[in-house]
Amino acid sequence: MSLLSIRDLAIALPKGADRPYAAHDISFDLTPGEILCIVGESGSGKSMSANAVMGLLPQGVRPVGGTITFDGQDVLRLSEKQLLDLRGRRISMIFQEPLSALNPLMRVGAQIAEVFEAHGRLTPPERRARALTLLEEVGIPDPQAAIQAYPFQLSGGQRQRVMIAMALALEPDILIADEPTTALDVTTQAQILKLIEDLRQARGMAVIFITHDFGVVADIADRVIVMQTGEIVESGTADEVLLRPQHPYTRALIDAIPRLTGQEDTPAAQSDPVLSVEGLNKTFRTGSGSFFGKPRVVKAVQDVSFDLFPGETIGIVGESGSGKSTVGRCLARLVNPDSGRVIVEGADIAHLSGAELRARRRRLQMIFQDPFSSLNPRARVSRILTEGPIAYGAPRTEAMTRARELLGMVGLDASAMQRFPHEFSGGQRQRIGIARALALDPSIIIADEAVSALDVSIQAQVLDLLADLSTRLSLSMLFITHDLRVAARICDRIIVMQKGAIVETGPTAKVLHNPDTAYAQSLLDAIPGQEYERALAGAG
Amino acid sequence: MTKFILGRLVKAVFILLAILIFNFLLIHAAPGDPAAVMAGEAGAADEKFLADLRERFGLDQPLYVQLWTYLKGAVQFDLGFSYRQQLPVSQLIADRLPATLLLTGVAFVLSLVLGVIAGVAASARQGSWGDTAISTLALLFYATPLFWVALMASLVFSVWLEWLPGFGYATIGANYTGFAHAMDVAKHLVLPATTLGLFFMAIYMRMTRASMLEVSRLDFVKTARAKGLKRGVIQRRHILRNALLPVITLAGLQAGQIFGGAILTETVFAWPGIGRLMFEAINQRDYAVILGVFYISGAMVLLFNLITDVVYVIVDPRIRLTG
Amino acid sequence: MRDFWKRFRHNRGAVIGLVILAVVIATAIAAPFLFPQSPWKMVQRPFLPPFTQEGLPLGTDALGRDVLSGLAHGAYVSLLVGLVSTIVALAIGVPVGALAGYFVGRTDDALMRFTEFFQTIPSFALAIVLLAIFQPSLVFVIIAIAIVSWPPVARLVRGEVLSLRTREFVEAASLSGLSNSQIILRHVLPNALPPIIVLASLMVAQAILLESSLSFLGLGDPNIMSWGYMIGAARTVIRTAWWLSFLPGMAILLTVLALNLIGEGLNDALNPRLTRRSE
Repeated sequence: MSLLSIRDLAIALPKGADRPYAAHDISFDLTPGEILCIVGESGSGKSMSANAVMGLLPQGVRPVGGTITFDGQDVLRLSEKQLLDLRGRRISMIFQEPLSALNPLMRVGAQIAEVFEAHGRLTPPERRARALTLLEEVGIPDPQAAIQAYPFQLSGGQRQRVMIAMALALEPDILIADEPTTALDVTTQAQILKLIEDLRQARGMAVIFITHDFGVVADIADRVIVMQTGEIVESGTADEVLLRPQHPYTRALIDAIPRLTGQEDTPAAQSDPVLSVEGLNKTFRTGSGSFFGKPRVVKAVQDVSFDLFPGETIGIVGESGSGKSTVGRCLARLVNPDSGRVIVEGADIAHLSGAELRARRRRLQMIFQDPFSSLNPRARVSRILTEGPIAYGAPRTEAMTRARELLGMVGLDASAMQRFPHEFSGGQRQRIGIARALALDPSIIIADEAVSALDVSIQAQVLDLLADLSTRLSLSMLFITHDLRVAARICDRIIVMQKGAIVETGPTAKVLHNPDTAYAQSLLDAIPGQEYERALAGAG
Repeated sequence: MTKFILGRLVKAVFILLAILIFNFLLIHAAPGDPAAVMAGEAGAADEKFLADLRERFGLDQPLYVQLWTYLKGAVQFDLGFSYRQQLPVSQLIADRLPATLLLTGVAFVLSLVLGVIAGVAASARQGSWGDTAISTLALLFYATPLFWVALMASLVFSVWLEWLPGFGYATIGANYTGFAHAMDVAKHLVLPATTLGLFFMAIYMRMTRASMLEVSRLDFVKTARAKGLKRGVIQRRHILRNALLPVITLAGLQAGQIFGGAILTETVFAWPGIGRLMFEAINQRDYAVILGVFYISGAMVLLFNLITDVVYVIVDPRIRLTG
Repeated sequence: MRDFWKRFRHNRGAVIGLVILAVVIATAIAAPFLFPQSPWKMVQRPFLPPFTQEGLPLGTDALGRDVLSGLAHGAYVSLLVGLVSTIVALAIGVPVGALAGYFVGRTDDALMRFTEFFQTIPSFALAIVLLAIFQPSLVFVIIAIAIVSWPPVARLVRGEVLSLRTREFVEAASLSGLSNSQIILRHVLPNALPPIIVLASLMVAQAILLESSLSFLGLGDPNIMSWGYMIGAARTVIRTAWWLSFLPGMAILLTVLALNLIGEGLNDALNPRLTRRSE
């Protein structure tokens, strides 16, 4: 018996969008107590399909065909009043960004109690008491304090737990979870996934889980739907889809997942390091400057030391707030370190300034995370690629020739020179960013979450490009990432950071399979989809 | 929270000090004899008065000594002497200040309350004829010179229709007391306060409308909808409270403008406040009064700012609990 | 550019504004040719109502001066003061804001305290004080208006620069060896331009209002005919000749309205992202 049944659903986009439908020909069933994962890359229409179930589509986007049958009624034909009754009571929803999904000016307890109020349940003191038990149930430490707290006082994981408590308040039949762990650290993600799984078991609630991450899918899904540009390309049980994918798109997605296994131990380099970091420290103080405010002190980098050898790629991994990005930014002097030495080709660039810094820094270039903010929207690609060399004194014609070569190297056509960044896709923009870094002939590349904003298939291509370039140009690379899978794919050695300090360093295979520290082990354990990966490897 | 407010108070004191220094520098930067500037056009003719001023402010002393004398006086509310009116400036201002506080206070509250209500109404029905009407009116008020709308209002409602008094603070010679007096003042207040408030109402309306529309696109509004809350509840409890934050900030920034407007409104309606005092002083080149009013108006603006800061802190827990 | 014009045209109010402004500009330019005589010259008996005498369609004022001639010459003054004072205010506000936003920390603190001071003190009162103490000539009127209207520019530019400087393309530019001034001029400010242009159009409107208010109080240049002065001069005779106050007021209202409408059109056209969101 199915709880929810969707047939031939079509959702139209407003006129002038890049395609007529956000999703079409969508048909699937949801049975009580099951977890159905809808997987797809950005723009696949996965969120829109789920939002339609709640009658919560963005303005201008509307369903134009098909039926959504829930409890014998077509949701698409319900009045607004009937929908109000449905929302929060029979079907509820949690979102990707738990901070922005909570009202910043309202206490957590009041926001939970509101669900009961919306449906006219309980008296105010009862609502409060229920809010407290709900917070306990979702595993918030110190619920008595949390109920009085404002969202900004909670951590990301705690906020997502509050969202879940709110969604569970009236014991709905269906929970729709729209990328609920994407904004969270990997260990927090594992906890939230476990919570959703437990609650499903305890309450027999059905879950529609929307995600782009096959690892997450493998860990929690009973059934899977794969979507591509608004259409369902494949569906079936988790095992069918994940282990025996039929559609080429599904296969491509699964192949693109970076594997944790299969690294070879690279012999330690014997030559002199190209980069030596000794005792690097950086502390941020915020809130000072006023007469009374006590400054908030964050020790972002504490006594970090390591060597990077020629041709080597080191991965710096850690959760948000571990200081991994600050290390990279200190090395590039985008942030000035408080103390420590950064030796590049014999010079300590941590203590240089002016012309000398400029001359030395050239050897050390960065690739950035966000392909949409890393290129000046008002500059043509030709200017983006030649500006640096010209600033360092290269003749214009020479810089232009070199720029064309670089475009070829990163897999773009020379005609890209005359175009503006907005004319390119995210992956292409990232390639332009790589070309810009290479334009100055650096010996060291710092890649700060360089593939984190990309879809998994594009991610794989960019990682391949980086690996290829680093061998061909014998570059040394510092690869900063939160994603151990990505690190596994490209790094020779891995540095694990926590709260500003290095907790473990070692060859990739060693750190990923036999770490020395409990913290590294906990990070590893939290990576979703490991069992699945072993199953895949076993299947051949 | 107390820290935040204390911080603002300290800042306010510094700004007042800066205004005094600014005034002092102006007196000395002005073309001609500083003593003549202090005495004003009328006083400058009296050599004895000028000599007296030179001695009192030590105008032959080095500049920093003079500054010190000037600041010391100002702190003791010695804002100079109006030769023209034969009264200390502080006395003149103290007499006129209540009328200005009444006018600006009423106009401020009126414009804020009506502006927010109109903005909420317009945003709730975005694109409807009601929204268009409110937005068009706001656009018109925003483009209308304040003194002109005041003139036209007194012409229409006072001269032609004879509905409301268009002149002064109370009926001359009526000698009302108690409630009758209050009603009389209120009647006199209607035109000045409304015309002063219109321009600011337009600003607050536009800000509220834009802010409501902005907030209504945020994620937590979607959460509220997913809870099954009614539209009205979402509007009031979730959107409005968040949308008010930038409006409060703007209201604080606009406090100074309201006082500037009061100079014009008081001039047109002969409202006996410090704005009118300033207008008279301009015509009489009574510089001590002009500078005194400027200083006091700065203090008033800081007071308004402080009030909006307190309101902001009450509304936003992020400042209340961390500042 | 074509996109820009398309989006601008989409806003009906903005097109109306553009038409009104075109008329005002044409009048201002044509004034010396259409009314070669000084607008201060007495041409007829005083208080001649509009539409009663050929050659003087809007009648005469309390001193027998041609009202239409006054309005035309006033248009020139209003536009000139509005435009020049805005340019001066931008010349102060943009560098202050850009420096404060780009070099955070002490530079920012010092510049923003300075800006805050000018923003907190009542700007109209400040303009009055400046003009009362110095000679009210056209140049001083423009300077006074610029001095009181630059702080919002500085705040806006600072905010934009503050958010732009942490954008990755700006960091990339500094890694590319560009100097701070190259980064500010080539990467930061061009991206901050759209909101500055919108603000500038609104500032011209506010400057015109401010100029008329100052002239109304008798603080304008005594040798130049302006709309505010005309209203101020006619104030005492409002009971007998209301149109003498009404007409210049309408001229101000229409001009300011036109500029505000254009500002909104520019906003729609220059920030297409925001417009789409608000649809």
